[in-house]
Amino acid sequence: MIIKSKKEIPASEITDPLIFRERRNIIKAALATMAAAVVDIPPTLADDNNSVWANLPKGDFPDDLLKPTPAESVKNYTNYYELALNKQDSTQLAQNLRTDSWAVEISGEVEKPGNYYLEDILRQQTLQEYVYRFRCVEGWSMVVPWVGFPLAKLLRMVKPLSSARFVKFTAVYQPDTMPRQHNNAMLEWPYVEGLRIDEAMHPLTILAVGMYGDILPKQNGAPLRLIVPWKYGFKSIKAVVKIELLKKPPVTSWTQFAPSEYGFYSNVNPAVAHPRWSQNSERQLGSSFFTPRRKTELFNGYGEQVASLYSDMDLRHFF
Amino acid sequence: MILQINNLRSIVIAGCLIPLLWLFIDIAFDNLGSNSVQALHIRLGDWSLRFLCLTLAVTPIQIITKWRGLADYRQLLGLYAFFYGTLHVLAYLLIDHGLIWHMISIDIIESPYIWLGLLSYIIVFLLALTSSKWAKKRMGKNWKRLHRFIYLAAIAAVMHYFWQLKGNLAEPFFYSIIAFLLLSFRILVWIKNRQLKKIMILKDRRTMVLPEEPDKITETIHNSTEH
Repeated sequence: MIIKSKKEIPASEITDPLIFRERRNIIKAALATMAAAVVDIPPTLADDNNSVWANLPKGDFPDDLLKPTPAESVKNYTNYYELALNKQDSTQLAQNLRTDSWAVEISGEVEKPGNYYLEDILRQQTLQEYVYRFRCVEGWSMVVPWVGFPLAKLLRMVKPLSSARFVKFTAVYQPDTMPRQHNNAMLEWPYVEGLRIDEAMHPLTILAVGMYGDILPKQNGAPLRLIVPWKYGFKSIKAVVKIELLKKPPVTSWTQFAPSEYGFYSNVNPAVAHPRWSQNSERQLGSSFFTPRRKTELFNGYGEQVASLYSDMDLRHFF
Repeated sequence: MILQINNLRSIVIAGCLIPLLWLFIDIAFDNLGSNSVQALHIRLGDWSLRFLCLTLAVTPIQIITKWRGLADYRQLLGLYAFFYGTLHVLAYLLIDHGLIWHMISIDIIESPYIWLGLLSYIIVFLLALTSSKWAKKRMGKNWKRLHRFIYLAAIAAVMHYFWQLKGNLAEPFFYSIIAFLLLSFRILVWIKNRQLKKIMILKDRRTMVLPEEPDKITETIHNSTEH
């Protein structure tokens, strides 16, 4: 698929092989720490000023105008319903999660299904920094510099068959460390999300292992999460353990919970209101008492890159 | 004695401002978290709803504990519900939306949960406007009719709370239970009064009633239906 964009990758953005090799060593070192981390990785690693991935090259669609939200705001405001129903408690509760020796099962309509260790996956990937807007369906937003790689690159590695039309993602099921999962609260667990194959293969869609130059904090979806910047935040599933390529669309957790409120697509769209509230504007995290809400953009401002995916669709119907 | 009562009244007036002071402290020390504007907005709404529930609780508590003096504070508590409700509305208009009317109007039109909040606020506004003794005298029977709408205001406010949430329903659930209890108490009293009235009518028909007895009953009815 050809994605037409005015923004091209300048030669300066392409990684020098030397830096590339060096970075690999850093990643290996980082992963070694992760594996050895029976002791918790402190959530405020970024504050120590010796981040794991300083000065990574920027991803495919850099936007210099985007100013990242203060890291502390992002780390202490998460919807992680497996842990807590509010946005603060998950910061502490998440620290019990076991994220070491993580593996992702890739199955379904692929030539090379299997159980892949995250370490092995990362060995094949070039990490980059992706500074993306993130818009929650609840009407708040942030700008986060994620560290990750395009999902397409992983999918190409396992070679999807032509029958693969959709991708289903499943999050970790760890009821002994996740109190709300243990209580069967809110949703059906484990959490499930899905994308159409062309959405999954889009270069904007990434799998993130870090943010703000550091390993992903556990409450933000460590060790591996999906980021789909033009969709509402709940599509960007955390702590992914399974990726299945399917012929038919999967039933996603929020759609199952309230089909009239949360659709399969859930593209950010200010013109299509949630049944109970407007999506016309958003409150930016970390903004002051003197900054009014920001007007929400169609496809969260990524229309130039993704509008063509939906050109023949009624976005009101396929919300 | 009078001085003591006035003292108590001033303490209550000042005490009801503690949530506001507490909010200012949290703003000053940056304790409102990542989404401070929303936290401020929700805090004010919470206190408006709490005062609304307290206002409604006055009569039931008075009947159960037979503490007559409590009724003097009903108006005050109601006015505080209005006060925090007004700050809640102002925070929405001024701080969250910076008085951008275009954005505000789209938000209100597209958000059913705001309609409920607006309904609740309009009712509380009208009740505050007519809360003086002077208005009560002038309006006669209509005053009581108007002020019964406080129940609708409470139900709308709780639903306003429920409807804006994607997930965490624990708190609004707590308020619904409170509102439900307060309402059912009133309904029980109403049923009891109807039965008392029936007994009275029967007694009137059958026999000559001793003069003290019906008086006593009327008094109970009067006390318990008073808001």
